[in-house]
Amino acid sequence: MSHVHTVKRHTGLMDWLTTVDHKKIGILYLIAGGFFFLVGGLEALLIRVQLWKPLNDFIDAGTFNELITMHGTTMIFLAAMPMLFALMNAVIPLQIGARDVAFPFLNALGFWTFLFGGVLLNVSWFTGGAPDAGWTSYVPLAGTTYSADRGVDYYVMGLQIAGIGTLIGGINFLATIINMRAPGMTFMRMPMFTWAAFITSALILFAFPALTVGLVALMFDRIFSANFFNPAAGGNMVLWEHIFWIFGHPEVYILIMPAFGIISEVVSTFSRKRLFGYSSMVFATMLIGFLGFMVWAHHMFTTGLGPIANSLFSIATMLIAIPTGIKIFNWVFTMWGGSIRFTTANLFAIGFIPTFVMGGVTGVMLAAAPADFQYHDTYFVVAHFHYVIVGGLILGIFAGLHYWWPKMFGRMLNEKIGIWTFWTFIIGFHLTFFVQHFLGLIGMQRRVFTYLDGVGFNEMNLISTIGAFLMGVGTILFLINTIGSLFRPMDAKDDPWEDGRTLEWTIPSPPPEYNFKQTPLVRGYDALWKEKMDGHKGMTPAEPIGPIHMPSPSLLPFLMSLGLFIGGFGFMYAGEWGKIGALNTGYTIGALGVIMTLGCMVARSVKDDPGFHIEEHELDDKGGKA
Amino acid sequence: MMNRWQLGKRLAPLMAMMMLVLSACGREDLSALNPQGPVAEEQFGLMKLAITIMSFVIVVVFALTFYVIIRYRRRKGDNKIPKQVEGNHKLEVIWTVIPVILLVILAVPTVQSVFNLAKDYSNDPDAIHINVTSHQYWWEFEYPQYGITTAQELVIPAGKTVAITAKSADVIHSIWIPALAGKIDTNPAGNVNKMYFSAPKTGVYLGKCAELCGPSHGLMDFKVKVVDSASYDRWVAAIQEPVALPSDPAVAAAFESKCLSCHAVGDLGGPAFPNLTGIGSRESVGGILINTDDPKYSNEGSTYDNLYRWIKDPEKVKPGNLMSGSYNLTEQELDGIAKYLSELTLDYEQ
Repeated sequence: MSHVHTVKRHTGLMDWLTTVDHKKIGILYLIAGGFFFLVGGLEALLIRVQLWKPLNDFIDAGTFNELITMHGTTMIFLAAMPMLFALMNAVIPLQIGARDVAFPFLNALGFWTFLFGGVLLNVSWFTGGAPDAGWTSYVPLAGTTYSADRGVDYYVMGLQIAGIGTLIGGINFLATIINMRAPGMTFMRMPMFTWAAFITSALILFAFPALTVGLVALMFDRIFSANFFNPAAGGNMVLWEHIFWIFGHPEVYILIMPAFGIISEVVSTFSRKRLFGYSSMVFATMLIGFLGFMVWAHHMFTTGLGPIANSLFSIATMLIAIPTGIKIFNWVFTMWGGSIRFTTANLFAIGFIPTFVMGGVTGVMLAAAPADFQYHDTYFVVAHFHYVIVGGLILGIFAGLHYWWPKMFGRMLNEKIGIWTFWTFIIGFHLTFFVQHFLGLIGMQRRVFTYLDGVGFNEMNLISTIGAFLMGVGTILFLINTIGSLFRPMDAKDDPWEDGRTLEWTIPSPPPEYNFKQTPLVRGYDALWKEKMDGHKGMTPAEPIGPIHMPSPSLLPFLMSLGLFIGGFGFMYAGEWGKIGALNTGYTIGALGVIMTLGCMVARSVKDDPGFHIEEHELDDKGGKA
Repeated sequence: MMNRWQLGKRLAPLMAMMMLVLSACGREDLSALNPQGPVAEEQFGLMKLAITIMSFVIVVVFALTFYVIIRYRRRKGDNKIPKQVEGNHKLEVIWTVIPVILLVILAVPTVQSVFNLAKDYSNDPDAIHINVTSHQYWWEFEYPQYGITTAQELVIPAGKTVAITAKSADVIHSIWIPALAGKIDTNPAGNVNKMYFSAPKTGVYLGKCAELCGPSHGLMDFKVKVVDSASYDRWVAAIQEPVALPSDPAVAAAFESKCLSCHAVGDLGGPAFPNLTGIGSRESVGGILINTDDPKYSNEGSTYDNLYRWIKDPEKVKPGNLMSGSYNLTEQELDGIAKYLSELTLDYEQ
């Protein structure tokens, strides 16, 4: 066999811009998501500073609305989703014994569109005003009549571009998990995190098109004066609420599912026990995903849909508590009888369980429509969704990052700092959000830039602000820990926790670019654990050592996304930038951007890219250098 | 390692917050936890049921979790491999069936209540009918039974059912009177919503806008003033009486040309913006500047002071409102108009 070695290998910055390696893309997702997490966190702290005392004038009303809008949008779309994609990219191919994802090129494209969408959204801060109609962007407030500046245009364009990235990522993971599993890795032997990623990807596939359609309609309303949501011209603004939440509710399940998966892995590993009730966990996750599409109107109980819709959506929402309860008890019983080691990762995972339950039960409370008439749009809701998103998802991400950090970077995180991170973050979290339940119940509505003195809100808001800063301290500690770890030697073992159960712990940390020198043969659930218990040193290979086919790096994903970024700008400012000669400047730039993207697509289609091979003799000296 | 005192440390702030919070259920005129009318009471009842069930769930999960992590923590030098349990069908059935039962207990009254609260009183002649129209950032209350329109302060008789028909003149808002009833969105164009409530006790209750509607969303407060039925009848009569213009002709001219172009008093002026009839006897100016002779906070002052402050620079009080910058008044006119409006009272309470 002779293989072509024509592929140019890049180094330095060019390597990162052109990489199609899922492990590097995972790191890119982590850096970008982490950056946006800090931006969103800073926005949150500014919000809490403004609210620490009544009638504060630290931030004016307009800026406050920009902050809440950008905090929500950034945290959901630009921080939480990418950090989950970071872990999914870093871990899923390893867990299923694959050498990469099904479509490495698309994987890179997904990252770059997300990044350019996120950057575009945040550019709005410097060009005269961020979006300010809330992350839900309800019309008519988000329409041109009441939001005449460009803010909401940035929301529409930025999310549209970032959303393409998410959709691409979701499809890619579906294809990867269906097609790329190692021999013997049947569906019912897949690790729980892989299952969660699979179901999340399916949810992305069905939920994101709804957002895309909604954003296109809103874009036409705003930029081309269409009337989808303009009541004066026969449009209907309730339609936006439906479209948004048909996407928006599954979206929160898209976020929480991978966290469920992470918790399952971490709790099981550090209890040295098989996940309790694996098959019921799988079906509970599917059921949650399915029900997640049936409950969107519980965000709209006060919209006036009538008693029949309200009762049906009340009951459907309550049903979700059942599979969620199954998961909670299965985690607790995974630990039951185990030998629990309290690493930082496991502290976050164990902290997740009661915290998430608290968020879950307020979810059931909110499901009772008549009571929701009182809770809706108050701080009770703010407390609820922060309990599930921060107390659920973010604790899950922290658990996952501490757990897989050695696999991603080849270095252990400092456990001492880790434990401080956990305690400051979780105490800060409960201080911030627990009191907010009661603030809502005693009459404080959400999204208010200030509140009156003497109505009983002062103390709890102060506590909340103190808690927010404590969470900030936790985040900074984590940052110190992670950056500090990069200065230490890469000495993490293949199985640094010593109780690893799944395939990612069978290969070096960090893995070589081809992951598995030989594709492993999977002989059961918890593949590595099974080998360990059977007294084997490692996995049985499913193939002889041979040349490994790799995808070639490419700059095209970066350029395609850049084209969309430029195009987005052009279309937004078409009305303002005047003309060059007979051409509208904005539309011209917009068209050039789109042409750039399409051109790259043509180039990609026309150019035959056979990839390259890593030969047998190159295999051994590549380990540990990703 | 996590040991007992660390667990205590984790629980301590939670407990402290619980104590703090349970010591008060909020103000009588503002809190959903302190209901003052049958609708809010029904909603509070459902909350109490849900909180009871959910507290049970939380206690079970917390107890199990803490038991497990203490009982099964790894001791130093412990290297045994625990038994690898696949699962347990009996347990799975238990933690499926018990939640189902708990949810049925919650779902039945929920559905009953949903239909109960959806009753339509808008054709009931015994009810007080109110057409609520929300604007950025004020509330318009129309009484179709008497042809009255007022703003910012909803006056209703104690004990009577109030049938609300709600819509918006611009963006979506949401009308919320926590102590009396949960909220309903006010939608623009066509999507009219209905709601009812009643207040057995006289008093002033705080109302709010609960849907993000622009910069001053948080300041879009209003008052619900519940009076006895005799006072209510007097109010209905008083608010329909004609109103005299300011006695000083210069102030009167300024008021007519600069205020009445948008606002109305008595049968004078236009309907586009808040009706000012009886503004001197309202509880607040602009919904948030509380009228009181004993001001304690920066948003409180005498009726005159509040009116003066509002008219001088409404942008400072409610950013983004449509009154800002739409007129110019001399110091003398400003003072005269504020004084005139502060004396524009309705004599109906005894």
